[in-house]
Amino acid sequence: MLKNRNLTWLLMVLCLGIFASGCGDKTEAESALYQCPMKCKGEKTYDVPGSCPVCKMDLEKLSSEDAGPVLADGEVSDESIFHLTSQWHTQNNEVITLKELQGEVLVVVMIYTSCQAACPRLVADMRNIHAAVQDESVRYIMVSIDPETDTPERLKEFAIANEMDNPQWTFLQGSVDDVREFSNVLAVKYRKITPLDFSHSNIISVFDQKGVLQFQQEGLGVDNKQIVAKVKELIS
Amino acid sequence: MMRRTSTILLGLVLMASTGLGQGSPTMTVIQGGAFVPLYGSDSAEVAVAEFELDIYPVTNAEFLAFLSENPKWQRSQALRLFADGNYLAQWAGDAELGTGMDPAAPITSISWFAAKAYCACEDKRLPTMDEWEYVAMASPTAANAQADSVFNQWIIEGYETPNTARKKVGGNFANFWGIHDMHGLVWEWTSDFNSVLISGESRKDNDLDTSLFCAAGAVGASDLMNYAAFMRYAFRGSIKANFSVRTLGFRCARNVEK
Repeated sequence: MLKNRNLTWLLMVLCLGIFASGCGDKTEAESALYQCPMKCKGEKTYDVPGSCPVCKMDLEKLSSEDAGPVLADGEVSDESIFHLTSQWHTQNNEVITLKELQGEVLVVVMIYTSCQAACPRLVADMRNIHAAVQDESVRYIMVSIDPETDTPERLKEFAIANEMDNPQWTFLQGSVDDVREFSNVLAVKYRKITPLDFSHSNIISVFDQKGVLQFQQEGLGVDNKQIVAKVKELIS
Repeated sequence: MMRRTSTILLGLVLMASTGLGQGSPTMTVIQGGAFVPLYGSDSAEVAVAEFELDIYPVTNAEFLAFLSENPKWQRSQALRLFADGNYLAQWAGDAELGTGMDPAAPITSISWFAAKAYCACEDKRLPTMDEWEYVAMASPTAANAQADSVFNQWIIEGYETPNTARKKVGGNFANFWGIHDMHGLVWEWTSDFNSVLISGESRKDNDLDTSLFCAAGAVGASDLMNYAAFMRYAFRGSIKANFSVRTLGFRCARNVEK
């Protein structure tokens, strides 16, 4: 932040007299994207070189024409959450952006681990959906609304305690600001009531492989039939 | 208690105001303090730390300048994820105000995401709801005019006046802090507006926001400030971040660097 401001000053000094806000569209230095040459995971791309998790072949770097601003196939929906550039820490302390989740159906809920009332039921709902869908490609994402308390370590403990410590379940810790932004994308409302407690909407959201919101289930302990049907429809 | 707080505040601000003296500043320092918002944490006092706030809401002209630097926020470019179909709906084009739109009028029909991006570009941020309400309770003469019935009557009348959003910024009095147009012009986005849980969708939720419902029930002749505040909170509870509303603008805030 401070660096940014210094840069702004530098710019302002450089273009004397020009009313520069210092915040034009930066030609965002798109990091290179990599893809499995066999497309084992379809159009899925990776931000770092490596090998394909399925066929173990070396990933190939995509040419910049191939790599759209977000999705490799260039078809980026206006409504895709992969437009969000925020960075998140997973329960395994990896740093990811949401677009790294592209290519799979995502079931997303916002919770906090010290929650005593609603969250255990939301977590139970997630577990029930998971059990009913029975598909290993679907990713279940839990985003903490209390990033100050829910460190990656704590999320890891929570994942283990809830038997969700496997690649299908991803717990995310973001900055306070990015969590607020994400909640606004989901239209989830939340508010800190005491240092330990939040009130929040109970909404489970389903995103398709391109990050577009397809379904939201509201409330606690409601019949999961519809949301399960939606997830199944999206993966078929 | 409140009176004593405001007396202390008054002293603080008099001390601080002597230190301000650059050209024509666009922001002013709001001294920290505590107040009881209509809708706070367990109706306890909320502490607000010292911060800076824009003196006026962001204008059409200012937003136009932002758009030329940031084409991705122009009407034809803005992502649906971040701005609904009403985004800048009254504009004639991507870089052209609509007919009859005053460049000095507050920018409206912008989403929360757009407002947030604008402030970030200025190295600022949106004010929090508590910060905004803290400043909004100041009349021209008092930092805390929650109990001033004339002031509150004036706010309510402002809410009843149509088309105030088309007026130029700065037309309303400077409040105790030197901030204009907190009332009588447009509603304003706050960074955490979605912490109000009273919209239709939240009715199904377990966490009933009884504080707001109680406040609604408590509205009486002597409770005008609460009534005005209730209208603001209810409005915040009814909008989503990609909404673009004709009567909803914003201004930016900034942390005070120590």
